[in-house]
Amino acid sequence: MENEQDALIRSLIKLLAGDGELELEQVTLTAKELTISLSDLSGFPAITGLVPSPASKPGLVDIGYTPPARSYPGKIREVILGSTRGDGGSRVKSVTIGGASTPPFHLFEGTDPHSPVVAGSVFDIVPPLPGPVKESFGDALLDPCDWAKAWVDRYGADLIDLDLISTDPYLKDTPVKRAVNLVEDLLQAVDVPLIIGGSGNPEKDAKLLPKVAEVCAGERILLSSATMNMWEPVAKAAQEYNHVVLAWSPIDINQAKELNRKLMGYLPPDQIVMDPTSAALGYGLEYSFSVMERIRHAGLMGDRELQCPMASGTANSWGAREAWKRDPELGPREYRGPLWETTGALAFLLAGIDLFIMVHPGGARTIEDIVGWLADGINPPTFPDFIGVGH
Amino acid sequence: MNLYPLLPRTNCGECVPKTCMGFAVQLCERGLTLAQCPPLADPKFQIGLEKLEALLAPPVQEVVIGRGEREVRVGGQLVMHRHELRYFNKTAIFTTVDDTMAGEDIASRVKETSSFAYPYIGHTLRLDGITVRSLSNDVDTFQKTVEMVNGLTGMPLVLWSADPVIISAGLETAGEKRPLIYAADESNWEQMAELANHSGCPLAVHADGNVGTIRSLISAISDRGVKNLLIDPGCGFGETLRGTLDNMTMIRTSGISGDDSLMGHPLIGSPVTLWDLRNSLPDESIRWMESCLASMMTIRYADLMIIRDPSMWSTLPLVVLINNLYNDPRKPVSVEPGLRVFGTPDPVNSPVLITSNFALTYFTVLSDIEKLNCYLLVADTEGLSVDSAVAGRKFNAQKVADIINSSGISNKVTHRTLIIPGLAARLKGDIEDAIKWDVMVGPRDSAGIPGYLKEKWEGVDHKPGWSYR
Repeated sequence: MENEQDALIRSLIKLLAGDGELELEQVTLTAKELTISLSDLSGFPAITGLVPSPASKPGLVDIGYTPPARSYPGKIREVILGSTRGDGGSRVKSVTIGGASTPPFHLFEGTDPHSPVVAGSVFDIVPPLPGPVKESFGDALLDPCDWAKAWVDRYGADLIDLDLISTDPYLKDTPVKRAVNLVEDLLQAVDVPLIIGGSGNPEKDAKLLPKVAEVCAGERILLSSATMNMWEPVAKAAQEYNHVVLAWSPIDINQAKELNRKLMGYLPPDQIVMDPTSAALGYGLEYSFSVMERIRHAGLMGDRELQCPMASGTANSWGAREAWKRDPELGPREYRGPLWETTGALAFLLAGIDLFIMVHPGGARTIEDIVGWLADGINPPTFPDFIGVGH
Repeated sequence: MNLYPLLPRTNCGECVPKTCMGFAVQLCERGLTLAQCPPLADPKFQIGLEKLEALLAPPVQEVVIGRGEREVRVGGQLVMHRHELRYFNKTAIFTTVDDTMAGEDIASRVKETSSFAYPYIGHTLRLDGITVRSLSNDVDTFQKTVEMVNGLTGMPLVLWSADPVIISAGLETAGEKRPLIYAADESNWEQMAELANHSGCPLAVHADGNVGTIRSLISAISDRGVKNLLIDPGCGFGETLRGTLDNMTMIRTSGISGDDSLMGHPLIGSPVTLWDLRNSLPDESIRWMESCLASMMTIRYADLMIIRDPSMWSTLPLVVLINNLYNDPRKPVSVEPGLRVFGTPDPVNSPVLITSNFALTYFTVLSDIEKLNCYLLVADTEGLSVDSAVAGRKFNAQKVADIINSSGISNKVTHRTLIIPGLAARLKGDIEDAIKWDVMVGPRDSAGIPGYLKEKWEGVDHKPGWSYR
């Protein structure tokens, strides 16, 4: 039914494009609903279709336009995450990120081989989560494996990010052995590529992440993360077990570069993804945005130390009180929070991020669909009801 | 430095930098404007002034819409990326009323738009104007609507119709207020150019998705003498999103790096048109898409954004995003680190709190604790919020120790207890080791501080070591 209508509208538009003198008013009168849908395909203010054009065409001289396309000497490296059975792992598919040779979505300059992807975020213990996230997962939150399965089965996540936050000595100080058992369970529970993170405590992560690398041998996980304080144990483990390292830097292009240089002493460059830190919308987002733009530009201009794909901990946007605060004046929280995370993600998407780590499925779905529409236009997603996702 | 030779070179001292060389440097960085050099007004510098104006003209034209207190400037951009210098003139947000709407609906939308206010980093975020659309295609109906809106608000207007007769009626009513005429297209550009010339109002040029047509229109309309032009290359969600963003990027690139002056005009995004398209979806879904589209177009250089209504949950992310991106990256949004005193604290019973020096965090905390008697330490987190700073190691035990030492707080209180933000909870142990004070983890949001203090602080004996384990 929908398709028939589309076809009819398409042919009408063709007719209109070919003949400016078609009597539009008549269409309006006889098929009011069609007139409204008409602009559905043109993406154009409806008003233009409704106003009668003068009979004579004014003499507009076509002076043409040449798109300002440039080429760039550098190229972002391709990084493969996840390893399938054929390659010695157990993932059902692997995900390749990177490969860009133009600034993000400069489609007039070229199309990039791989689209950005979204990882669903889960934690080993339930951290303080905003209401809308809790509602999206319900009881699945009680078990990280169920939580991950909900992401993959219900919300179509490309990857899963598990952060072992309870290992923090100041939180629960969960022993390495128990944390690693959970990672083994997760490998069984889902078959998408994995990102496994520590707690951010450098001493504990230095013990934890090598063990994680060991039990995930062959799976080509993304180890999160190496920092200037603690990179060597992660680099060594990634090198030994053939994983990828997430190189984290604090909104600082020079530190990002220096850390990559250190890592490249141990690892082939295609085993590094950079995380330049994603500050929350309203709480320093612009610093992150500009550092990402500068990193991507430097990479494309040939700086080999900055040619790694970039990841974003987009969920940071939930730190903004505007995202979660109960305040009737700010409107319904169940839409406001996910949109806050999504808006941050959109900024980072257009700054060059290749991998998003998100907590709300509505935002994740929006980014996936927008990427789908922007990427090739060959298999456009259907129009979803974004606000319905996760409710 | 082509500017210096054109200045008076008298070092008269009437400007802030006091010297002509200093003035030239700030002119170049757009810190000052030519009007801030009083001697330049002298007729003998006329030729120099004209040359300076030409040299300083931004590659993207600056256009004024509206008149008086709420007039809005759009465009005036010098760079593609904010880190190259800064973006000027924040993307202006206009909401929309249609002339087919009921009178009371129009009135309430105008009111919601003009009263929209959100306090943010010491100032208030607002919306900029109202678009009046002719959907009735009736001259009188449109004119009456314009008259009504014009009577309700002093905000700048956009008059939206493809019919020059309708626009002409709108200009009769509101032309004095310098509204933006929206829009000239292939079919009406000659009449629209004439209307713009007569009224002196800025004119939007519109051709859906076809940059070649836009360029041809700009050329032809400029030849007719119209000076203030804006460009709306059309927009869409779904399949048309590719073209939408690509056109914005191409036009701005041509205007700035491509030296194509025809493309050097402010860009308009009109995601309000989504409401005419996706009529089968629930309102909230359309709002979500409209907000996403507006945000993407803002990032891709839009100088003016036309949305439907100022629904708070879908408009606030956009308004904040604009505010973030249009910040001057040369000035961190931070406050001075140091000690702040609230009320009349006493050395024994008044708590010591700590936060980051990111301006937004600081002002938020300030509004929550200003009625208490307490001390607030503002740590130098290099302008990052607490959670970003904890993640970025800019708020760490060392920073806390630094501010404890430099502030002299140890001489102001006899107890040795510091309350840290809940978002920095994981640093508790580190901080205790570094400063040898007791550390209590406060609430995650500063709104909870008064309640927290009532429950955990008041009436408790604060001898050093009382909570230290």
